[in-house]
Amino acid sequence: MWGRLGYREFKNGMEKKRLGLIVNPVAGLGGRVGLKGSDGADIQRRALELGAVAESPRRAQLALEMLSPLKDQLEVFTYPGEMGEEVVFRCGLGATVVGVITQGKTTGEDTIRAAEEMRGLGVDLLLFAGGDGTARDVYEAVGLTLPALGIPAGVKIHSAAFASSPMAAGELAASYLRGGVPSLREAEVMDIDEDAFRRDVLSARLYGYLKIPFRRALVQGAKSASGPGEEPAQRAIAMAIVELMEDDCAYILGPGTTTRAIAWQLGLEKTLLGVDVIKDREMVGRDVGETELLELLQRTRAKIIVTPIGGQGYIFGRGNQQISPRVIRKVGTDRIIAVSTPHKINSLQGRPLLVDTGDGELDRALSGYVRVVTGYGEQILYRVSCFATT
Amino acid sequence: MEDIRSHRYIDGKPRLRRFHQARWDEPIIFELSCKGQRGILVPDVEEEIREQVGDVMASLPEYMRRKEPPALPELSQPQVLRHYVRLSQENLGTDLNIDVGQGTCTMKYSPKINDQLARAPKVAELHPLQDEDTVQGILEIMYRFEDMLKEISGLDRFSLQPGAGSAAIYTNVSIIRAYHESRGEGDQRDEIITTIFSHPSNAACAKTAGYKVITLYPDEDGYPDLRALKAAVSERTAGLLTTNPEDTGIFNPRIEEFVKVVHEAGGLCSYDQANANGILGITRAGEAHFDLCHFNLHKTFSSPHGCGGPAVGATGVRQELAQFLPAPLVEYDGHRYHLSYDLPHSIGKIGPFYGVAPVVVKAYAWVMSLGAEGLREVAEIAVLNNNYLLKKVLEIPGVSAPYARGKRRIEQVRYSWQELTEETGVHSEELGLRAADFGVHYWTSHHPFIVPEPCTLEPTESYSREELDEYAAILAHVAEEARTNPELVKTAPHNSTIHTIDQAPLDDPNQWAMTWRAYKRKVQEQAE
Amino acid sequence: MGKHKPVAYPYIPNSVPDVKRQMLREVGAESVDDFYHDVPENLRLKEPLKLPDPLPSEYALKRHVEGILGRNRTCGEYLNFLGAGCYQHHVPAVCDEVNQRGEFLTAYAGEPYDDHGRFQALFEYTSMMGELLNMEVVNVPTYDGFQAAATALRMAGRITGRREVLVPQIIGADKLSKIRDYCKAQLGIRPIGYDADTGHLDLDRLKAAIGDETAAVYLENPSYLGFIETQGEKVSEIAHEHGAICVVSVDPISLGVLTPPADYGADIVCGDLQALGMHMQFGGGHAGFIATRDEERYVMEYPSRLFGIVPTRVEGEYGFGDVAYERTSFAVREQGKEWVGTAAALWGITAGVYLALMGPQGMAEIGEGILLRSRYAMAELNKVEGVRAPLFEGPHFKEFVVNFDGTGKTVEEINRALLTRGIFGGKDLSREFPQLGKSALYCVTEVHTKEDIDTLVSALQEVVE
Repeated sequence: MWGRLGYREFKNGMEKKRLGLIVNPVAGLGGRVGLKGSDGADIQRRALELGAVAESPRRAQLALEMLSPLKDQLEVFTYPGEMGEEVVFRCGLGATVVGVITQGKTTGEDTIRAAEEMRGLGVDLLLFAGGDGTARDVYEAVGLTLPALGIPAGVKIHSAAFASSPMAAGELAASYLRGGVPSLREAEVMDIDEDAFRRDVLSARLYGYLKIPFRRALVQGAKSASGPGEEPAQRAIAMAIVELMEDDCAYILGPGTTTRAIAWQLGLEKTLLGVDVIKDREMVGRDVGETELLELLQRTRAKIIVTPIGGQGYIFGRGNQQISPRVIRKVGTDRIIAVSTPHKINSLQGRPLLVDTGDGELDRALSGYVRVVTGYGEQILYRVSCFATT
Repeated sequence: MEDIRSHRYIDGKPRLRRFHQARWDEPIIFELSCKGQRGILVPDVEEEIREQVGDVMASLPEYMRRKEPPALPELSQPQVLRHYVRLSQENLGTDLNIDVGQGTCTMKYSPKINDQLARAPKVAELHPLQDEDTVQGILEIMYRFEDMLKEISGLDRFSLQPGAGSAAIYTNVSIIRAYHESRGEGDQRDEIITTIFSHPSNAACAKTAGYKVITLYPDEDGYPDLRALKAAVSERTAGLLTTNPEDTGIFNPRIEEFVKVVHEAGGLCSYDQANANGILGITRAGEAHFDLCHFNLHKTFSSPHGCGGPAVGATGVRQELAQFLPAPLVEYDGHRYHLSYDLPHSIGKIGPFYGVAPVVVKAYAWVMSLGAEGLREVAEIAVLNNNYLLKKVLEIPGVSAPYARGKRRIEQVRYSWQELTEETGVHSEELGLRAADFGVHYWTSHHPFIVPEPCTLEPTESYSREELDEYAAILAHVAEEARTNPELVKTAPHNSTIHTIDQAPLDDPNQWAMTWRAYKRKVQEQAE
Repeated sequence: MGKHKPVAYPYIPNSVPDVKRQMLREVGAESVDDFYHDVPENLRLKEPLKLPDPLPSEYALKRHVEGILGRNRTCGEYLNFLGAGCYQHHVPAVCDEVNQRGEFLTAYAGEPYDDHGRFQALFEYTSMMGELLNMEVVNVPTYDGFQAAATALRMAGRITGRREVLVPQIIGADKLSKIRDYCKAQLGIRPIGYDADTGHLDLDRLKAAIGDETAAVYLENPSYLGFIETQGEKVSEIAHEHGAICVVSVDPISLGVLTPPADYGADIVCGDLQALGMHMQFGGGHAGFIATRDEERYVMEYPSRLFGIVPTRVEGEYGFGDVAYERTSFAVREQGKEWVGTAAALWGITAGVYLALMGPQGMAEIGEGILLRSRYAMAELNKVEGVRAPLFEGPHFKEFVVNFDGTGKTVEEINRALLTRGIFGGKDLSREFPQLGKSALYCVTEVHTKEDIDTLVSALQEVVE
């Protein structure tokens, strides 16, 4: 069956695409048995004692099955045993197995090595099954140098570099590999401190970005799988924001690719993971922390520009904690500008934007409705909540 | 002797049709060209004229004379007819299919008598600039129809000039703009508010007219969010554009408050009545204090859709705003109908003349055949049909009707196949294409897909119970196939005119081709 | 004729009381009122709408409507010389046959699979227009020629990023009104003067007015007043020198004999399709076209649908789909690309049928015939005492200005007198262009025989005496 291949591709013999697959066998181990996260050998042992069954191989298999119509056009590379070989075998796909592991005792190091090796082999797409930790490992290895996509298998995933489900991951991968005009977007990789998490303290840091295939069904007018990505929308937002920038006012730009587009519109470079400050069209603060921000605010009035970070829709509290409650209060809660591409908003599927500054009273003050700039001359009114629903 | 009727049932349930759409594999008309053939001959010019005028082309500068006749295809008349009749068979018009699958389009029956009346020479052979004494008939119909719209909407004056719904929305926005300018607030009021479930043209037309658009997202129950509206209004608000019921089929119970909030902020409210079919005679724009509205005559008022027009978007306003309407308006002095251009504050023309007269004739005839009680019956049965279909569809495992759970809908429903998709990996679009294998349309939603894996169905009053049952049975069957034979669904359609198209070239400047000549050139270039 | 509720409505199958009852029961509703629970009580109408008593029988309806329409007098009954944007041409019977077929008439917005015929018919239409216009991209039709012109100008604004367009002073007041309203948010409209003898655009004035802020120079060929603008080459040159886009509006039925504007430098060509197979319908037979070269920066600015031909997964089979569909939501540069909606697709299909029937020869012949007949008419009218035709020097296509200053009568008086003789005289231009004196716009097409023209001339002779 040709699936949704066009005739021409079939006739000309699509040149074979290379797919890399890495399965983190312990991701999601803790979840079902009530342990949050699964970093560390101790946690893993405890989980197994509690009867946990690894989720990620099963999830990876669901994703790979979506790729089987393409199998004649694919060259699959994977790691041995539980890090991918078993899954590939169960799907009936052939694969070249590279690398060496110790079955049952794999760690993040193995993931990093696997990703590096597959990059060296020139894979067109790197699929990885796991959670935030796995995403961080992949990022460590390849950064933005090659397209990657996460098959979600972790407990609760904060990184945006994952598809919404294993099947969606498989489909997205298939459509990307099938080609046409490939489109990618940068998606956040979040660093969750799991120890803190287990103590019910959620501390998230923006760790980096991976380049993932862009799913266009969430974008206005998408009729085909291929086409331009988010840049036009981001540029439009940037134009709108730059137009309303006032003189003698500092603009505190949170991390994010949309806020980065604002800096680019002014011809400025922005730190991808950090908070920068622009004033009168110049960069006056790079990768600043709370202290520098408070100092700055002694000398000038300011506005804050934020965009949702991660897959959960947080505009404060995940990846931009430098913009602390004190900073927010000093600037003024009525001087916050939210920006977001329509794609990002729609990926929330109706869930509200979220705030978690650590200051409950401030969170409540920020909740309600916020105007979000989504394009040039386009805004939406969207709900902000300080309570995440599940 | 066998009774064929027994084959209509399997295990007591109606069997689905063994449908196959016409597939003519018809070449592009240029490929049928044969040099020298003529499809029609034009009248000869009399010899005396030729002699007297001489070489008429000589008076044109050289470069203005076309060197060679255009490279149009050359076919004889029967070949042209046959080609187009074959193409006509390769469509599923309302005349052919149970067209409940084109939600928001109100695909109702377009009575043939109305088509007949509108194509008569007494409509077709009228020039719009004829002396008014010679067109009293058509002016009367336009005037009477305007009266009908006034009564149906509760507003005071209508223009039939805009060429469809979006043009009417644009006209309304232009009127809003003129209103604020006349009060010196044109610059100050630069924002228009709409909702994400209103028709996308509300946002697009407002933007075209120069406004910043603020779109409200719904509350958790899928209703337009009043608190969001309150957060959105300000002294910059020019107006609110809202479709009601929205494209989800949900009526906004606080519509009056919405209007009040916007009025208090100094803005005007325009009612997009594209979804009026379920509320004719039930409620009106006037009672909710709207300032403007529009109707789609090719939806609610039964004029046929024509593959995408011609159409009319009738735009209505309160008396105070009538001065801004596009000119001319039809007036009656008790004896004579008259086109009045006495509108010094008019926004200007929207189209060349007065609107698409044959569409107005059809709409007028439709209302005349039904009357007030008939219109109410239209609305009630459209709503009954919709809720009946809703019940049947919700019996299918894997589908849901998000928002306002457990509640009824007005004239359409936006469903979600999310559950089925998660279970089987089959998407809504794919289900729709497989439904086409049974001879019906299926529409998902406007983009973006706020509702995941959407499907929007609008029965209207034109389909029988059996037809609704058939449609639901098709969906149930296709959903079942998604579980038992997903590959079949994912590779659909199989019984349609063509097979899955390759979308990729449509976004690639090197491969897209919007005319035959562009296509031939690119094929040639790639071969080289 | 009192209030009368029929036993069953022919257009509403489930209005049969038994069926309605059963369906209500199956849905678990007491009455239809249950479904309107979200409609507040105070917004519900308490009484039926005050509409005219219905005519439920088809015969009564037909009689009623025909009775009203019977008061109209058609251009089949009168000899018609009106034009000004709506034209009396012969509509081939096959055109009517195709656009009356229910399969086309009642189709709408299905997918490229279930409505393949519609997509192919429209692709063939755009392809045939492409040949007529000598351009490779043509849109799925918009509402009418006014909209096409206004959108073309806004496209030029978006492409160049500039904010002013130059238009001829000799432009129909209605069209100018539309352009002004539609372009208001983005563009300033500046009229450019014309040569008093020929009506042609005054090139010196154009050069003086054009600058770095000019997005487009707009030209009509033939002009609203019928003369053929012969400086197209120079106009587009001047436009291009300043980085402006040359937009030309044409009458497509002239392109069998006149050079397509693309050949003299037009970047965007637009116009109205009514002359290609649509009955006049009191001004209800219009559709607009916009055409450009196949360049990405132009393609991305169309607000209409564009249908492209693509292969399917079966060898040798092709289908159609929307090209660059997402561009309609882009917000690059400035505002989005206007809007996409129902417009006039059926007329586009009809125009395709018309062009296919006419073919290259037919288009050449009809164009030549119109040139000949209108030239004859002008010459003959000019012989009438006090009448001057055409008012402007130079070649004309189909329409021309006739001036009556020498007769001492107003156009209104003359037209009224012609009316009593069964003739619709040309559009009165006295208010629209007072500088032209007592003038009217006359239109002669292939439907006018020599006898018809002679009838007009002798009638005028009588009238002006």
